[in-house]
Amino acid sequence: MYSVNYHRATSVVDAVKKIKTGDAKYLSGGMTLIPAMKTRLAAPSDLVDLNHIADLKGIKVSGKTVTIGAATTHFDVANDEKLMKVCPALCALASHIGDPAVRHRGTIGGSVANNDPAADYPSALLALGATIVTNKRQLAADKFFKGLFETALKDDEIVTAVTFSAPAKAGYAKFPNPASRYAMTGVFVTKGKEGVRAAVTGAGDDGVFRSKEVEAALTKKFEASALEGVSVPSKNLMADLHASPEYRANLVVVMAKRAVMAANA
Amino acid sequence: MSEVSLVVNGRKVSGAVEDRTLLVHFLREHLGLTGTHVGCDTSQCGACVVHVDGKAMKSCTMLAAQASGSTVTTIEGLANGADLHPVQAAFKEHHGLQCGFCTPGMIMTATDMIRRHPEGLDEATVRAELEGNICRCTGYHNIVKAILAASKTMSKASKSKAKKAA
Ligand SMILES: Cc1cc2nc3c(=O)[nH]c(=O)nc-3n(C[C@H](O)[C@H](O)[C@H](O)COP(=O)(O)OP(=O)(O)OC[C@H]3O[C@@H](n4cnc5c(N)ncnc54)[C@H](O)[C@@H]3O)c2cc1C
Ligand code: FES
Ligand code: FES
Repeated sequence: MYSVNYHRATSVVDAVKKIKTGDAKYLSGGMTLIPAMKTRLAAPSDLVDLNHIADLKGIKVSGKTVTIGAATTHFDVANDEKLMKVCPALCALASHIGDPAVRHRGTIGGSVANNDPAADYPSALLALGATIVTNKRQLAADKFFKGLFETALKDDEIVTAVTFSAPAKAGYAKFPNPASRYAMTGVFVTKGKEGVRAAVTGAGDDGVFRSKEVEAALTKKFEASALEGVSVPSKNLMADLHASPEYRANLVVVMAKRAVMAANA
Repeated sequence: MSEVSLVVNGRKVSGAVEDRTLLVHFLREHLGLTGTHVGCDTSQCGACVVHVDGKAMKSCTMLAAQASGSTVTTIEGLANGADLHPVQAAFKEHHGLQCGFCTPGMIMTATDMIRRHPEGLDEATVRAELEGNICRCTGYHNIVKAILAASKTMSKASKSKAKKAA
């Protein structure tokens, strides 16, 4: 790891002030940034630690409205009893990110800011029609995720929370890469007031996306059987040593079926 | 440089470290606690797992400066004098190790897992919870056996303690 200066922020205002030093980066759980720094893929001059800002932590549920602070760990999302009552699918998703030690430190804010094309949370937020709250503005998930590791965030902008209205039904299924546990393809489906949404991670060559084909089929009937014979085009799907675009296209349908079954269970 | 101070295995320690110093290097090189191992560069193997404020974490993926102010337990802090911790004893009894390189991380992950599952563990849960710990020798079978056995001993011990207290 190259040399770096560490700063602990005490508030969001303090963090925004400190990020102006050199080529600084925010540090949340560090489960993505520190491995990248160790291999010198990332080399910020300064780190601004967001972990000691109390305002960024915790989960609020009031009625159907859920707000999750950006520095809330995967472990805390997985085990939150109030969230479990209104949106158990998100708890289940968080409980399958990486491993227990990763879940004890990794955070939802870090995951959405990073927007890894195989990360789990982006698909959930897109399918839930969530809003990403920053220190400057509120952005719909549809506008926030921009492509591979790209978001609408400006350099000094901090994700402070994500918020959504829990839908009547939600479910997630992922086919984990056997080595990394990231999604080789994951599908999050929801059925709520505004209809059916289905978002796919791990498969798109431009990151997370909504599948028109899956949404159309599930709008007719929100059952796995509605996806029988549905096919998803393999154009614009990812090809790597783990799977071809055609294989991933098939996985989208298979994972969507499992996600609907989980949502209806 | 940062001045860090933390409590490690019940002892207050402090030191001036370069900000890029990983917690694992602080433990091994500044404190001489070489029981915590480094097995990979990618945060995947779990040889470096310690408890930070009571939770299992990868000490290779955390700066010492981030841990400043925290309480850390390493493999060296588990035994009570000459008496092995029940998880250590179970690894010995059930041959849960061969070369031993992964063992400190396995044991720290196992104690954390048992703490979070006071209701007891089954094989599927243990295997799923070992997701972040890689062993190149044992094939995991005896590690799983050891953790299941330790979980039983520990829940018995805590029940009899509770009885005594009642
Ligand atoms: C072994 C392993 C397995 C993993 N498996 C999975 C998996 O199965 N699925 C999955 O989805 N993820 C997985 N991850 C990634 C993990 O979920 C990370 O925790 C997550 O991607 C990043 O969150 P973080 O809090 O650790 O962020 P950090 O690493 O601290 O930061 C990541 C990036 O986001 C920026 N950032 C952080 N917080 C904010 C904020 N509040 N506002 C603006 N920018 C911010 C940082 O500057 C940095 O660029 C895995 C990681 C490891 C090490
Ligand atoms: S050394 Fe920490 S996970 Fe491998
Ligand atoms: S005992 Fe050798 S790596 Fe596990």
